[in-house]
Amino acid sequence: MKTMHIILLVLIAASIAVLVSFTNTTSTYDTIETAKEKSGTYVHLMAKLDKSAPIEYDALNNPNYLSFTAVDSLGSSVKVVYHSAKPDNLEMSDKLVLKGKFNNGYFECEEIQTKCPSKYKEAEAQGKTHPGNVPDPRNGNATN
Amino acid sequence: MSYTGEHLVYGQFGNFFIVLSLLAAAVAAISFARATVVQEPSDKKAWLTLGRIAFISQTLAVFAIFGLIFYILQQHLFEYHYAWKHSSRSLEFKYLLAAIWEGQEGSFLLWMTCHSVLGLVLLTKRSEWGAPVLSVLSMVQFALSTMIMGLYIFGWKMGSNPFILLRDSGVLDNAPALHVNFDITQALRPDYLSSIKDGNDLNPLLQNYWMVIHPPVLFMGFASTSIPFAFAMAGLWKKKYGAWAEEALPWALFSTAVLGVGIMMGGMWAYESLSFGGYWAWDPVENASLVPWLIGVAGLHTLLIYRATEQSLRATYLFFILGFLFILYSTFLTRSGILGETSVHAFTDLGMNWQLLAFLSVFTLPSLAWFLQAYKRIPSPQKEEEISSREFWMFIGSLLFFLSAMVIIGQTSLPVYNKLSTFFFEQIRSIPLLKDWLGPNATPLNLAPPNDLEFSYNSVQIYVAIIVALLTALTQYFKYRHTETRYFWKKMLIPVLVSGILFALFSWQVGIDYPRKGPVFEGSIWLAVLLSIYALVANLSYIWIGARGKLQHAGGSIAHVGFAMVLLGIFISSSNKEIISNNIDGIPAPLAEGENPRENLTLIQDMPVNMANYTLTYLGDSAHPKKQLWYYKIRFVNKNGTDSFLLTPNAFVNYKGNEGLMANPDARHYWDHDVFTYITSIPNPENTADTSRFVPYVRKTGDTLYYSKGTLLVQSLGLRDNVPDSLFGQNGKLYELPVSVQAATGTSYQLTLRAALAKGQWISLPDTLTTEGMILKLQKVLPDGSVELGIKESDALLKYVTLKAYRYPWIKLLWYGVWITAIGLLISMIRRIRIRRLRIAKS
Repeated sequence: MKTMHIILLVLIAASIAVLVSFTNTTSTYDTIETAKEKSGTYVHLMAKLDKSAPIEYDALNNPNYLSFTAVDSLGSSVKVVYHSAKPDNLEMSDKLVLKGKFNNGYFECEEIQTKCPSKYKEAEAQGKTHPGNVPDPRNGNATN
Repeated sequence: MSYTGEHLVYGQFGNFFIVLSLLAAAVAAISFARATVVQEPSDKKAWLTLGRIAFISQTLAVFAIFGLIFYILQQHLFEYHYAWKHSSRSLEFKYLLAAIWEGQEGSFLLWMTCHSVLGLVLLTKRSEWGAPVLSVLSMVQFALSTMIMGLYIFGWKMGSNPFILLRDSGVLDNAPALHVNFDITQALRPDYLSSIKDGNDLNPLLQNYWMVIHPPVLFMGFASTSIPFAFAMAGLWKKKYGAWAEEALPWALFSTAVLGVGIMMGGMWAYESLSFGGYWAWDPVENASLVPWLIGVAGLHTLLIYRATEQSLRATYLFFILGFLFILYSTFLTRSGILGETSVHAFTDLGMNWQLLAFLSVFTLPSLAWFLQAYKRIPSPQKEEEISSREFWMFIGSLLFFLSAMVIIGQTSLPVYNKLSTFFFEQIRSIPLLKDWLGPNATPLNLAPPNDLEFSYNSVQIYVAIIVALLTALTQYFKYRHTETRYFWKKMLIPVLVSGILFALFSWQVGIDYPRKGPVFEGSIWLAVLLSIYALVANLSYIWIGARGKLQHAGGSIAHVGFAMVLLGIFISSSNKEIISNNIDGIPAPLAEGENPRENLTLIQDMPVNMANYTLTYLGDSAHPKKQLWYYKIRFVNKNGTDSFLLTPNAFVNYKGNEGLMANPDARHYWDHDVFTYITSIPNPENTADTSRFVPYVRKTGDTLYYSKGTLLVQSLGLRDNVPDSLFGQNGKLYELPVSVQAATGTSYQLTLRAALAKGQWISLPDTLTTEGMILKLQKVLPDGSVELGIKESDALLKYVTLKAYRYPWIKLLWYGVWITAIGLLISMIRRIRIRRLRIAKS
């Protein structure tokens, strides 16, 4: 067997080993209920902002503390704490991906991805063409 | 029905040219294919001529499409959906091109334009490889043309047409005001266009010069991978398996240079103009273009091995084929919407997933099948490479690049595994026989990226980088086929000594500070730095030792020097990156051991705050004259006062339907580091309306009073009654009330509130404590000696911004390294073209 073949096999085996071990580090997409069951485990929580509950964020007091309530499609809700600046489109978002873990009765979030309705929504075309029909995306949104 | 104000002729021409480009590409592909296979010289010539005419026609058609879209955007013809969606009347001329390739259709068109330009260059070559290569290129071009067709075939959408009219796009269907009788079931009003005043504009984050230059370079890089692929296909086709290598080599060098620069321009853009806080985040969109580049570098090196020793031809085939196929796979990943939650900047789903998948398949399956079928016939010398040969180590380096690419794409494809598994579950459960085979509790894969995504890549790729850096340094000192041990060590000695000294200097003066991931990883970074320094020195020395200082012969070494600088720049800047806005609960303080610092810091206007080595002051903001773009002025003064500068990060605020804040950073560049900052939060404009009122409180001397952020202590009331009667009238009094304020943040303040009783009226002088967001006044003094205080708390008093600031050391090494790598590759390319010309002239 050629030296090169041995090296080839070793490197390919190493690559496969890396990919296999990578699958062990992956996390999961979860609902609030399953995230609570896996308390302490890092998950991707798929939820949205509960617009009827208050958002707590005061940049003057502490720019690294944001707290709000998230609800999911199954109707569960959870308090979320995020130690960074409030994503500015949080109130406008229609979907949130919250990365973090459930702990001590709340969801400790390390990263928030906000999914906003597309800016090219048909509703906005109406708004632009008919002054009496301007949709207000902030309607009903609770702010701090 | 006709509508007033529309300019339909441009769209009609546009559609004509789309069809023309599609047909001409097909004719070119077929003609060049015929020219490849026919034997009769006169037939060959005829097919070649036809192929050339067809290819030039498709090129003209692509340019015409581009020109028409540009005109439509520039003239604000909002009857076209593309102009309405991607531009606006206020969009500056310089961003019109950016608006074209903001959309998927425009970016496909850009890709086609790059192919056309490369094809024109190929047309000028009189070589036997011209016909098969152009045939393959025309096939790719044909496939791309279908992406902008916009036809429905048996209910399947084929392509997305850039000339679709706004009224046909569905956007207006639910706008009653635009329909006859305000009824959306009726037709559009003939004068509907007069109501379309403006377009949606280019996404404000993309209104940036990087958006003008990054996509053309990147797409030129994408397009350039087609050429080595086409040469490989041509080799299989003509059964002259290795004869194309000489002619393909300059193209492979060009492709590596342009794609590399294109990718890193994206990194520079992310670093300089987006609030990503860095130049590389292992985002799927970034990885998707890095992977073909890594494979292309592997292919370039195996091709060089083949040119020198006739080894590694099979590997070259594999790498050139896969380099192109992974461009297609990237296209599928980034445009199908499959990345979903895992990427922050993928294109949106245009409903063309099946077409993208078909695009991927029609090139993947035949090319790989053809390669495997011909595998045994591709020549490969029996003699094994010696361990002391250059080709041995070059091959290992190429292999590492390739496997590194496979690992990266394997990790990036996580969402694809989920989709595939869901698909198979659905398929299996729909087959009656297999319905219960999976069991009732089995669920498809539902994998999300790991907790620390960047580390999951870094922890693997750093070892690739370490070995590659070492190989980059050593390999040039080996000779092809066999190297004398003494020769090798003699030449190696000086570079080893010099790098040892430089590394010692680095350890002493700079060092690496990255304890976060444990000593093993930090040690690996140290090792990586050592070997990158060694690679830099060894390749720099080789310009004199190997190429005797002739730069035009030293393209390879120059490229390697640049690459070593890239590695060094990455290791130092990423591990020593410092978040200078670190603080604890908003209080910037030297961090206590074990405390978890937070990254955002709020600056109140005119209140200096100490942050790392700087004192920062938010001086105020100013607005762009035409857009809702705000500039925030932040003054940085360093600790010993020797340096001060002003940074003005900006942000679009609620810009044209983009609710919220879209921030762009600003940076101060030094030769050895950058300081940069961007805004992460501003006061909500809804809260800044000052609606709060003075709340009265009655207190006595010595009493305390709580406000939302601390306590107030009322001290003893003072009275001055020798006030002039002319101003205060009879019995006029002036009261002075000292108050001490203890804020929860630990700061205390001393104020004196004043109120006058003049001509029977209480007049108060409000005192503002901006840092606490509070206005205080003494409203009146009651007969029993107690005082009535009025307190108003409001954020509207305060102008403040919340920001993040970083210090990036040695980042310039990375940027210069990228350019030097590209220059080295281009020098090599020119040299290889010359050598070939000389050889042809001689024969």
